[in-house]
Amino acid sequence: MKNHVILRIVTKLLIPYILLYAFYVQWHGDFGPGGGFQAGVIFAAGIMLYGLIFGLQAAESAIRPRLVQSGVALGLLLYIGVGIASMLLGGGFLDYDALGHDGQHHGILLVETGVFITVASVMITIFYSFAELIRRQ
Amino acid sequence: MSGEQLIDIVLLALLASTAIAIARLRNLLATAMLTGIFSLLGACWMLFLDAPDVAFTEAAVGAGMSTILILATLCVVNAEEKPSRESPIALVAVLLTGGVLVYGTLDMPSYGDREAPATTNPITRIYLDSANAPVEHEEGHAAGSDPGDGFAVGIPNTVTTVLASFRGYDTMGETAVIFTAGLGVLMVLAGARHRRPDPSKEIDLKPGDEGPSA
Amino acid sequence: MTDVLGLFNYWIVIVLMMTGFYIVIARHNLIKKLIGLSVFQVSVFLLYITIGVVDGGTAPIVAEGYEVYSNPLTSVLILTAIVVGVATIALGLALVVRIQEEYGTIEEDEIQAQDHKA
Repeated sequence: MKNHVILRIVTKLLIPYILLYAFYVQWHGDFGPGGGFQAGVIFAAGIMLYGLIFGLQAAESAIRPRLVQSGVALGLLLYIGVGIASMLLGGGFLDYDALGHDGQHHGILLVETGVFITVASVMITIFYSFAELIRRQ
Repeated sequence: MSGEQLIDIVLLALLASTAIAIARLRNLLATAMLTGIFSLLGACWMLFLDAPDVAFTEAAVGAGMSTILILATLCVVNAEEKPSRESPIALVAVLLTGGVLVYGTLDMPSYGDREAPATTNPITRIYLDSANAPVEHEEGHAAGSDPGDGFAVGIPNTVTTVLASFRGYDTMGETAVIFTAGLGVLMVLAGARHRRPDPSKEIDLKPGDEGPSA
Repeated sequence: MTDVLGLFNYWIVIVLMMTGFYIVIARHNLIKKLIGLSVFQVSVFLLYITIGVVDGGTAPIVAEGYEVYSNPLTSVLILTAIVVGVATIALGLALVVRIQEEYGTIEEDEIQAQDHKA
């Protein structure tokens, strides 16, 4: 794939915008269609495109497998952490009103970030696992 | 007929023909591509049905992620579907189930009906009203939303509000399911060796070249 | 007449569902079965979204100038279902890879024959 000049150059131009679009979808999920799941999958799609065109080695040195594997757990931890934090602050589990003034808004943002991290990490991890098999053949 | 109905019929026809083609084709590569097309057409139809969030997710996940996974598996497994006889029992079971489902839909409200139970249920009004800006409280108000507030959150996208706030437990469970799937794939594929080593094709692995679970 | 037209969408979705169902139970290749499962899942999502549509409504994102909105709850349920669906397919495909390694084939009848011989 590295020898296809057009693919290489177009991918190099596109990938920053794909990743930026993923972040846009994540943070603007409040005002338009979007949210954690869509953003996570779009982010993973950008990384997978990089891996397909420039090789698994390049993708793994950019986003290390260890990092994404810890990301898998971190997102879920963040989500549950928000729930426990609201319990410690006096409300029930996942009661965003206990998070203070404008608690609903902050709670939703944090929770969506947790979902984004987990979904993106899981998709990239699955891609790395399958691609490693192909590389080992 | 109006433009909307025309789009409706064309999309449905394309969906049905793609599904039948997927059932009939034996070449797995072509089937994988058609699955991606099927998901994309499904996403187009979901957009037509006023659900942009879902269309977004289905396009990204179905037409992107799923297709890549099937192609990667085909690359590793390298198989072609063997011709199988058409099974009459399966056909009978499918027709029976289809008949029962069609009989069940006779009770359902018409497409787009404004008096449908799903639309007139008071909870739908509560979800849609959550987009109103929350009422300001004086200082010292106890934590926990006052039922008199009407659950106003102030976010225009009601789907995000319902997903993250009203139904936060479901989303937590779903994140746990994705976490478990990632864990499962890591564990299943960590022990996967490459296929029967072919001495005629020596692949030069660099030293220290290990899998992602190293 | 309006009733038949009103239910027409549901019936087409049921046809899609049954096609996917047929692929799952009638085909022997494991990857084909998973693809059939994916087709079945997409048609179930379409059925659910069709339930939430309101005549003359718009997407459930509150904005100036719109009065009638479609049901947000159906979108939420299907969002969850889509991502769970891809997780299932990913895990299924990983298992197919391992089965190919152990049995040397991914045709269901050959796998069962090997199991019965053992």
